[in-house]
Amino acid sequence: MGRFVLKRSLFSLVSLFGLLVLVFFLSRLTGDPAALYLPVDAPQSVRDAFREARGLNDPLISQFGDFLFNLAQFDFGDSLRRQRPAFDVVMEAFPWTLGLAGLTMALVLSGAVVLGALAAIKVGGVFDRISSVISLAAASAPDFWLALMAIFIFAVGLGWVPTSGTGTPWHWILPVAVLFVRPFGLVLQVVRSSMITALSSAYVKTARAKGVKQRAITFVHALRNAMLPVITVAGDQAAGLLNGAVVVESVFGFPGVGKLMIDSILQRDFTVVLAAIMVTSLAIFTMNLLIDLAYALLDPRIRY
Amino acid sequence: MAEHVLEVRDLSVEFHTAGKVVEAVRNVSFHLDRGETLAILGESGSGKSVSASAVMDLIDCPPGRITSGAITYRGEDLLHMPAGKRREINGRKIAMIFQDPLAHLNPVYPVGWQIAEAMRVHGMPAGDARRRAIALMERVGIRDAEQRAKAYPHQFSGGQRQRLMIAMALGYDPDVLIADEPTTALDVTVQLQILRLLQELRDETGMGLLLITHDLGVVAEMADRAIVMNAGEVVETGAVRDVLKHPSHAYTQKLIAAVPGQGSIRHSAIGVAEPILSVRNLNKHFGAYHALRDVSFDLRAGETVAIVGESGSGKSTTARAIVRLDDADSGSVHYGGRDLCALSDKEMFLLRRDIQMVFQDPTQSLNPRMSVFQIISEAWRIHADIVPRGQWRERVLELLDLVGLQPEHADRYPHQFSGGQRQRIAIARALAMQPRIIICDEAVSALDVSVQSQVIRLLDSLRDRLGVAFIFIAHDLPVVRDFADRVVVMKEGVIVEEGDVVQIFEAPVHAYTQALLAASLEADPDQRGKHQSESA
Repeated sequence: MGRFVLKRSLFSLVSLFGLLVLVFFLSRLTGDPAALYLPVDAPQSVRDAFREARGLNDPLISQFGDFLFNLAQFDFGDSLRRQRPAFDVVMEAFPWTLGLAGLTMALVLSGAVVLGALAAIKVGGVFDRISSVISLAAASAPDFWLALMAIFIFAVGLGWVPTSGTGTPWHWILPVAVLFVRPFGLVLQVVRSSMITALSSAYVKTARAKGVKQRAITFVHALRNAMLPVITVAGDQAAGLLNGAVVVESVFGFPGVGKLMIDSILQRDFTVVLAAIMVTSLAIFTMNLLIDLAYALLDPRIRY
Repeated sequence: MAEHVLEVRDLSVEFHTAGKVVEAVRNVSFHLDRGETLAILGESGSGKSVSASAVMDLIDCPPGRITSGAITYRGEDLLHMPAGKRREINGRKIAMIFQDPLAHLNPVYPVGWQIAEAMRVHGMPAGDARRRAIALMERVGIRDAEQRAKAYPHQFSGGQRQRLMIAMALGYDPDVLIADEPTTALDVTVQLQILRLLQELRDETGMGLLLITHDLGVVAEMADRAIVMNAGEVVETGAVRDVLKHPSHAYTQKLIAAVPGQGSIRHSAIGVAEPILSVRNLNKHFGAYHALRDVSFDLRAGETVAIVGESGSGKSTTARAIVRLDDADSGSVHYGGRDLCALSDKEMFLLRRDIQMVFQDPTQSLNPRMSVFQIISEAWRIHADIVPRGQWRERVLELLDLVGLQPEHADRYPHQFSGGQRQRIAIARALAMQPRIIICDEAVSALDVSVQSQVIRLLDSLRDRLGVAFIFIAHDLPVVRDFADRVVVMKEGVIVEEGDVVQIFEAPVHAYTQALLAASLEADPDQRGKHQSESA
């Protein structure tokens, strides 16, 4: 198991390096960073000074070397707009996104697993049909529309919750609710179909022959077997949220990585964009590693 | 008259599927007392398993529905009992074991936990249940039970898994144990061990054993009484000796006549003809596992060589190596003056038509989306010179006639046929290539006894009419006795004995061949108890 974690971490480092190469050279391909970083009307002397100070006159490969060296110390350089280290700026936003993603996925998983399992017990029953309709609608709803509708109805119309920003637990309700919908619909569908397979399996028949109660059959015998595909899909959805729920964070003025990234791109704050990409990809690599470990934990036949 | 521990009266069960109502069980009645073994004998679709499932309340409703009848346990009506009380009986008073123990054990929980659960759900404290589970594992012959209780089902062998299922059923010393084809998926030597264990436990605990099986040998070996089911109805019932020796119903008579391995052994008409296929020193590894070790044998024109062995013996691997579905690591297969193992893919392609295969499960080996006509004619598209396009239809109908199917079957799809008919289609498909050799890999193992004998008779006539040579792979000896000229016995990748069919059956030399023969059950209650398992 320890060897597996090590091996996977090394592979992750390789992909991470690939990502670095891509991001660094692509950002250079888009043109002279000095032209991007500085205002359009900056005089040539300012540009030259900027280039000199930033080492932009060095050969590209040595710039990349410097970039990697700094990166190893989590030094992405200063944010141009905020006059602070870019890494600090990202790390301020990241906990917000992590909290948003964590809370949303916790709700998604607990809701989808319980509802999906109950729907699977009686296929074609009233409960199953209702949950199928709900999950289909939820999985197909566009989040920008949901976000605007939610603000329109619950914040502006009814005034139950604030429209945007942070500060109180109330501020979390709308972003979490809007982010919840799509993953919930998708995961619910996967739980349902995976549970139907598990409940019709031979070992469930054995459990019934042993006299095990239906609740234990569903949630002890079938559920654990049904969880593998659920974790795969849930992990995929969680990755989307960690990447920064760009639209939802922007609409609700939520200070997470998604909003930071969009703002920084618009402000041409490339050090921050770079730092944000690195932090979120690290988070996603870590999460994928945890998912692999969860597989092995759930299914003894999987050993690394 | 004393009350029977289990009694089923006039049971009828129907299934509602795709707009149709199928009466799976019609007016079935039987009873079981403590300490006796009742066998329900029947082929697939006879309703024997459905009857047992009804006793255990395992029929899913819908699509199934018990339309009439009564099932009583010690005089209590099981069908009209509150669900909670009903569940108290399952696993405690009446327990059940199944055919495929790997599928019937939950893959994600330790076996000790699963055995203990059968007791915990009926109120035994967790610690007591755990200790009893370990004791039961020891009783059914799992060594080092304390440690093995923490292992998972996939870490046990097939025979051990069935032992675990039995341990799980014994938690509360049930009055009735229902065993649904408990040894069907097991090797013959393991089968005998499991049957012996069930007998011992029945005598020890005094439980009644309800044995559901398609195998007349198992019935002869185990049962006191037997009922024979066909198409949902009981056709014959009585003491096992009467049923097997003096069957009164035509169906039972037909079933008994179809049992392989009866009568005199036919003497091979093949003399010392030149071999058409020579297998020499085949070796194959799967990782560190040495699957084939220096396998060598010859096949002569028009001859049938049977390869017999238990699971893991390398018999299928040999077949796959010959036709190069999997390449051997070393060795040679000489055919028509050339070494098949040394041919390029292109050269092999030209020779493939000469050696065809028929697989075990025709449900999987025939493409469900192709009609019979397409299945049989497909290879002519690739080997265009065999049959000119214009004569495809005519030739397909000829082939269907040859394997005993009707012309109108050509445009149907595999799911519209029975298992035996599907295997006939697979044989017609192989014949379409005009092969000189057909390799049958367990081609009759999945078929019911009566169908099995029909298919073997078909193969026999094809050999006589067309002069095709067969390599016939099987895991049990009786089937081979009626069909093979020579027998090759394999164990753990090695040929342990090879000889004429008469010699193998009447004077086997190797201890393993003797063990296989000793473990093969005959449909004769007078032979009861004479069979020995290898390790006993």
